[in-house]
Amino acid sequence: MIGTGNSVNSITARRRHPLARYAVVALALGLLGGGYAVAAPGGSSADAAIASGKADDVAQGKSLFVAHCASCHGMNAEGTAKAPTLVGVGAAAVDFQVSTGRMPAADAGPQAPRKPLGEWVTPQAIDDLAAYVQSLGGGPARPAAEQVDPAKGDPAKGGELFRANCIQCHNFVGAGGALTYGKYAPPLNPATPTQIYEAMATGPQAMPVFNDSTITPDQKRDMIAYITHVRQQVDPGGSGLGRIGPVTEGLVAWIVGLSLLILAAIWITAKKRRTHA
Amino acid sequence: MDTTPKAIAGVSTFLDDRIGAGSFLKRNMRKIFPDHWSFLLGEIALYSFIILLLTGTFLTFWFKPSMGEVVYSGSYQPLVGVKMSEAYASALNISFDVRGGLLIRQIHHWAALLFIAGMMVHMLRVFFTGAYRKPRELNWLIGVGLLSLALLEGLTGYSLPDDLLSGAGLRITEGVMLGIPVVGTYLTFLLFGGEYPGHDVISRFFTIHILLIPGILLALISAHMVLMWVQKHTQMPGTGRTNKNVVGAPFYPTFMAKAGAFTLFTFGVIALLGTFAQINPIWLFGPYTPADISAGSQPDFYMGFLEGSLRLMPSWEINFLDHTVSLSVLIPALVPLGVVMTGLALYPFIEQWVTGDRREHHTADRPRNNPHRTAIGFTGIAFYGVLWLLGANDEISANFHISLYETTIFGRFAIFLVPALAYFVAYRICIGLQRKDAEVLSHGVESGVIKRLPNGEYIEVHTPAAQDIADHIRGKEEIPIIESGVDGDGIPPKGARTALGRLRAKASEAYGTDHIPLDEGHGHDEHAAIGAGDHSDGHRDGH
Amino acid sequence: MTDNINEQPEGRAPARVIGTPPSNGPILGDEIVHEAKGVPGVIPADPAVAKRAERIVALLFTITFLAGVAFIASYVIFQVGTIDRTAASNYALGSSLSIALLSLAAGIVVWVRQIMPKYNLVQERHPMASDADTKEYVEETFLQGANESGFVKHKMLRRTLLLAAAPLGLAPLVLLKDMGPLPGTALRHTVWGTPTKDGKPRRLVVEGTGQPIRAADFNSPGGILSVIPEGYEEDLNALAKATLILLKFRPDEIKSGTNLNWTHDGIVAYSKICTHVGCPAALYEQTTHHILCPCHQSTFDAADGAKVIFGPAARPLPQLPIAIDSEGYLVAKSDFNVPVGPSFWERGDAEAEAREQKA
Repeated sequence: MIGTGNSVNSITARRRHPLARYAVVALALGLLGGGYAVAAPGGSSADAAIASGKADDVAQGKSLFVAHCASCHGMNAEGTAKAPTLVGVGAAAVDFQVSTGRMPAADAGPQAPRKPLGEWVTPQAIDDLAAYVQSLGGGPARPAAEQVDPAKGDPAKGGELFRANCIQCHNFVGAGGALTYGKYAPPLNPATPTQIYEAMATGPQAMPVFNDSTITPDQKRDMIAYITHVRQQVDPGGSGLGRIGPVTEGLVAWIVGLSLLILAAIWITAKKRRTHA
Repeated sequence: MDTTPKAIAGVSTFLDDRIGAGSFLKRNMRKIFPDHWSFLLGEIALYSFIILLLTGTFLTFWFKPSMGEVVYSGSYQPLVGVKMSEAYASALNISFDVRGGLLIRQIHHWAALLFIAGMMVHMLRVFFTGAYRKPRELNWLIGVGLLSLALLEGLTGYSLPDDLLSGAGLRITEGVMLGIPVVGTYLTFLLFGGEYPGHDVISRFFTIHILLIPGILLALISAHMVLMWVQKHTQMPGTGRTNKNVVGAPFYPTFMAKAGAFTLFTFGVIALLGTFAQINPIWLFGPYTPADISAGSQPDFYMGFLEGSLRLMPSWEINFLDHTVSLSVLIPALVPLGVVMTGLALYPFIEQWVTGDRREHHTADRPRNNPHRTAIGFTGIAFYGVLWLLGANDEISANFHISLYETTIFGRFAIFLVPALAYFVAYRICIGLQRKDAEVLSHGVESGVIKRLPNGEYIEVHTPAAQDIADHIRGKEEIPIIESGVDGDGIPPKGARTALGRLRAKASEAYGTDHIPLDEGHGHDEHAAIGAGDHSDGHRDGH
Repeated sequence: MTDNINEQPEGRAPARVIGTPPSNGPILGDEIVHEAKGVPGVIPADPAVAKRAERIVALLFTITFLAGVAFIASYVIFQVGTIDRTAASNYALGSSLSIALLSLAAGIVVWVRQIMPKYNLVQERHPMASDADTKEYVEETFLQGANESGFVKHKMLRRTLLLAAAPLGLAPLVLLKDMGPLPGTALRHTVWGTPTKDGKPRRLVVEGTGQPIRAADFNSPGGILSVIPEGYEEDLNALAKATLILLKFRPDEIKSGTNLNWTHDGIVAYSKICTHVGCPAALYEQTTHHILCPCHQSTFDAADGAKVIFGPAARPLPQLPIAIDSEGYLVAKSDFNVPVGPSFWERGDAEAEAREQKA
């Protein structure tokens, strides 16, 4: 929830309870995290290499990796005490982690949050990094555009799978939820179709893996169709109150409903202030 | 207008000839109702109930209380082709294919929340002002019964649409029922017509929800109203108001018009909520299956405290002689509800026993003037509040990024500490407010006028409090204390000899002792000269 | 706290000359100074104020009329059928209804406050208890009636009447028995124990797709599937007990609490039904192997036999013995060896019994 991208903010902000989310704090934290990521050491020489566009992808990726990732994941992605090996995680994992801003991680919290991208994170840079990591030991590849096109999926079928596999953590519309020890299932609203696909295929952080042989790519596309359909859909009954269920409804009943009625009661019974007949 | 219009005269003559309406109207048309905003809180619940009856009837015209399986083919695209129960499909149909259906459904649900919230605040008003005292104990008990039934009514209604969220609530209900010792399994099989979820529970809940409980509610609410009418409403202390009269406006025309306006306000505010705040969007939840659940599955607010108590409980369970008592289910499901409801029901009688007060009371206490009662009330609110808060600990954890277990562990301590703290704080605030009252009477109120005395000292001139404020303050009643002192021969009275008697005497003394008696003071105070008006420096003696 | 805020006048203490009555006036009868018509306690409204108020009230009532017309028009104009049209219809109907109601309410309040008189009428209260004569009369009448009825004198009458009432009082309760069957041992078994029609062990299928699971396909460590028994995909009663979560571990992750004989190649199946009150416990963290129940936050360690590590659940999630059939699909070897789901009175310590049987 911290520092969601700008383009999706307009969609999601409307669906959130304005006070409950401490939007200001979140924004401040997001900026702080982003600022830290930008200010983090390293990067300038690799950036220059990308700009020149001469070296091949894997080599470029390697130099980006050394600059931005190796301090935690090791010089050859073999993993360290701080972070796991990236051999075999595949291009999909790299794209998910880097394009959502989760990696490079800003701090050692219980969970790496989505945050604004660092300056060096261009589509080209992600391609290079992904190519490098894929070259280390294979793993889930990135989906083709057609594989994640919501228009090609069946939202009704996807909804059934979504309810069977996803909502226990992410909530019935993907508003997110709590996990143990400060971890949380993030809201799905900011995620692009590609990112949703990659998360299922790779199981980032605490999330389990839904591999292609048990949940097929077509079924994943159906789920993406459902998620995107429902998050774009208007709330026909008025404000969605964050779409998190009865908690906000109860607050509204007390704070708005009851307060308005008490104000009306005070008006009805107030003494007439008249000193002369 | 000097003569009654013919039409009205005709109708009233007709009625009077047949049922003698005249004598009833003679006695009651100008019945006096005292005015205070807090006296309208119960009306929120009353009018919400009427709205619930009206909108509920509308909903039954389309709702099908059946668990039979259908394939959805209505207007809501993301569920087309999905198998679901007829109940859920018809609830979707009401929402999307009946004009005004969504509005009425939302109004029904908001009215349900305000029905119970209204009852709660009304009950708190009655409690804190001591309006449950003799002769109104019966009406208080009816009120406790109404609240309990309303919770049950809410639970059965919440389950009807058979969506994934309501199913989670139903599953928890089943799990708790199974935990009841000896008969739990049998009760569960009777209610669900066999194993959970079966095919009967929705239609059974439907009958309970639309016929059985509303029927009882209607009867009890009528009795509640009749008793209120017969006993006349309590009034706040004030000028000219005594325990033997009631001062206010007549039923016809003023109170009638005010009640009508408040009905419309209640309906209007609920309609506003139904228009602009989406409630229970069942289409987002999907059809019920016992295999699935959503993060943040929550009951409606009035069940939140039970959810919280279930979450707080450590994993205690007893196995003996091939039988199981599941304490981690039973204690949280029964104890808080039992403590709150039994405590409410017994309070008037316990208070009577402690104070020995058998008099009729028609003037409301101001909460500050009975500090122990007020503190006990706030203890109850704090107890309920902590449980309610913890019922939403997953949303708190997810949205404010607090570790989930930390919220639970906090709750395990808070459930004991916060109520105790609330008692202490509320008691001290009451005493402080009483002190303020006493000061207003003895020293008057600040006039804003600064005077310089001949000796160079500056003082602010105090003026006596306005008549109605002073009378309001003087309405404070002494809380009686039972006789427990020893008589001339050093023998305590009969009742105070047993351990229970000694406890009673002690409680009575603590409950009734007035630490801040009102002192109709003599304003010859060095810092607060009481002047009546800014042009007079005459001191005012007493009253 | 319910403080009496309405009853206080504006400002603190209005300045006044000693000897004049306070501005708010005492309330009782002949002391009232602003009496127009002489009805004590009824202070008529100021005609000028009433005149102005009348116009406001009329305006508000007219708004209600217009909003009411708009409501009916909205019903006709705004059709439903798609979610966007439902939204438009809801806004149109709801806002016109709200305006109509609130405007009417406001109109009446202005009417009451500005046009109707101010009242300070007093009515006496009388003790609720009846007077002594009435009480005496009632008591006498009661005794007289009781004696006349013969209820007191005829002992046999009294006793047989009570006797007659007892079974009739129980009859309605007896009638309720057929609402459901007796539990028997139904809660101890799930459909995993019943073989398929052709006598083969029952296959595990994916919830939502109904596809059987080839063990070789479920090969990504950290994977989870929600699994139901083949042939019972639509049977909610069966699913309420038999739903599973299927987890894939690296071999070195599994700890001693898990029965290895009941796993296949690092694949473990646990009951999805929480042992607390029966919610599907399905939040799985592949890094910590925690299974969290979203209802009351019982947490189980999936790598260690799903033992409870936090929350109100008292027992681990039961593990289902699984294997593969000749085609490589996952099947149940047998039913759970303990009852699944929440505790019930007859359950007893089934885990201890199961251990004894094994030993």
